[in-house]
Amino acid sequence: MSRRLLWPVLALVALLLVNVFVTPSFLSLRMQDGHLFGSLVDILRNGAPTLLIALGMTLVIATRGIDLSVGAVAAIAGAVTCTHIAAGGDPFSGMAIALALCALMGLWNGFLVSVVGVQPIIATLVLMTAGRGIAMLITEGQIITVDNPAYRQIGAGFLVLPIAILISVAALVGVALVTRRTALGLLIESVGVNPEASRLAGVRSRTIIWTVYVFVALCSGVAGLMISSNVSAADANNAGLWIEMDAILAVVIGGTSLAGGRYSLTGTLLGALIIQTLTTTVYTIGVPPEVTLVFKAVVVLAVCLLQAPALSRALAPRRKVVLP
Amino acid sequence: MLKKIATAACAVLLGTLTACGSSGGQSGGSADDGKITMGFAQVGAESGWRTANTKSIQEAAAAAGIDLKFSDAQQKQENQIKAIRSYIQQKVDVIAFSPVVETGWDTVLLEAKRANIPVILTDRSIDSDDTSLYKTFLGSDFVEEGRKAGDWLVANTQGETNVVELQGTTGAAPAIDRKKGFEEKIAARPDIKIVATQTGDFTRSGGKQVMEAFLKSTPDIDVVYAHNDDMGLGAIEAIKAAGKVPGQDIRIITVDAVKDGMQALANGEINFIVECNPLLGGQLMDLAKKIVAGEEVPPRVVTEETTFTSEQAKAALPERKY
Repeated sequence: MSRRLLWPVLALVALLLVNVFVTPSFLSLRMQDGHLFGSLVDILRNGAPTLLIALGMTLVIATRGIDLSVGAVAAIAGAVTCTHIAAGGDPFSGMAIALALCALMGLWNGFLVSVVGVQPIIATLVLMTAGRGIAMLITEGQIITVDNPAYRQIGAGFLVLPIAILISVAALVGVALVTRRTALGLLIESVGVNPEASRLAGVRSRTIIWTVYVFVALCSGVAGLMISSNVSAADANNAGLWIEMDAILAVVIGGTSLAGGRYSLTGTLLGALIIQTLTTTVYTIGVPPEVTLVFKAVVVLAVCLLQAPALSRALAPRRKVVLP
Repeated sequence: MLKKIATAACAVLLGTLTACGSSGGQSGGSADDGKITMGFAQVGAESGWRTANTKSIQEAAAAAGIDLKFSDAQQKQENQIKAIRSYIQQKVDVIAFSPVVETGWDTVLLEAKRANIPVILTDRSIDSDDTSLYKTFLGSDFVEEGRKAGDWLVANTQGETNVVELQGTTGAAPAIDRKKGFEEKIAARPDIKIVATQTGDFTRSGGKQVMEAFLKSTPDIDVVYAHNDDMGLGAIEAIKAAGKVPGQDIRIITVDAVKDGMQALANGEINFIVECNPLLGGQLMDLAKKIVAGEEVPPRVVTEETTFTSEQAKAALPERKY
């Protein structure tokens, strides 16, 4: 394992240890109605949407971009599907429409960034603001509750393990294979390091940038389905609220630089797990709600500081200088 | 479905267009036809509760023959201040609004006072030393709601009772007050204990996640007290996933009484709901008429609210509007 991932791994282990210390049964798992049941399973299931979005976000950040609209896109996906099911539609066609719409929004973001040349943070801010409004209009400001066993499976269902995490991990493995076994990963990184030089070297940077924005929008769409399916309801106001921050944080904790270039998918996985474990820790050890945010901030700050080049140099054992 | 999306897109476009061109041309105001004109600045449309609130006000105004000028602030104070200023310019007879936040209203309300336009606060109060800035505050008593929930539990439980609490958004008035009222009532019974309390942010997924963690970290949970229906509904999902029966193995008390919550109550998954009534349109119009007629009104009017058990929910459900 690379040095970069050492601190995130230690942070995750430390968090788990704190939980075991406070609640000795924290790591225990048992079978309940044919599926695994325990705090670890909760972490995996609740962390699945963040992981999936962070996965897409990793690629976007690797191209020196950022996507702030993921939460709004997630809300739209849930809103469209639930409204469709509530109107008597079939859940699968509902999800298909939702994902098609998400792809369209990804195309829009990609268009603004790669063709028009708007800065990514501004380009995606448009949809971040407007998207939630669109979701509200679709649900007419109401929380749409659906009762559909098939739809429930995505977010709350189990195949021994939660289906949500299986989807996210499958996507992670898929992306790892496609970007690391082919030159695609290298091309993405090169676009992030210097889009103009990559273009001159014959890399189609525009297409690559466009692709990653569509991909992150699709990830957000599926994550939105998980979020709304988990509670069998679409809440246009709160579904995926601030998840863009969690996703960006997961990417950064995982050691990918916001300046673009090199990225680490394993790091993103660790980052997403740390964020969800942190949330579960707060509930399990009973941190008072008033100090929850401060507690989270302290942990995140600690992980980021430990990863900072200046501090890791100071902490690293000095290499012996071999004299000739 | 697609049609809905298209309508939504058009509405967004139209919204932007009209927003650009709405600086002038607002005519009207109170003509001398004896009809009362009311300017209402709503918070926004952030929840089903709020939409029901808006609808109730619009319907009640139409029924009472009051000319209603309605604006939606989209959860922003500056929009509400702008709306109130425009109502002052239009010389409406009475201004009513639900303040987005508690502070920062003195200047604009002073302008209304100088223009001799009476102000009614609905649903939420403001934090100001000068109580002459508004005539009355019409809204729920959140502490009382917490007390009602506490009363029910005290009357319906014997022996050791472990309660877990799902709080609303940290720092929000309903969360603080509903907690306070509940604790006040159970203080008399040392055998009822709140063993864990966390915020679920008034959302279903929040309630579900917190409850999942509680079910693993806290043994022997007897009762869930959720500050709104949505968190209670989330908790039901978590309890089911843990292989327990909501409403029987673990009893659930919530506040709000929105339709989904009432449905769960009728199904026996929630045991008791304290109502927080958004339908205050009728009371608001009565107050407005009295104020315009120059009658004295009490400075604090509490919304008419009740509580529901499972049986009452079954009876009330068919006519539930929200």
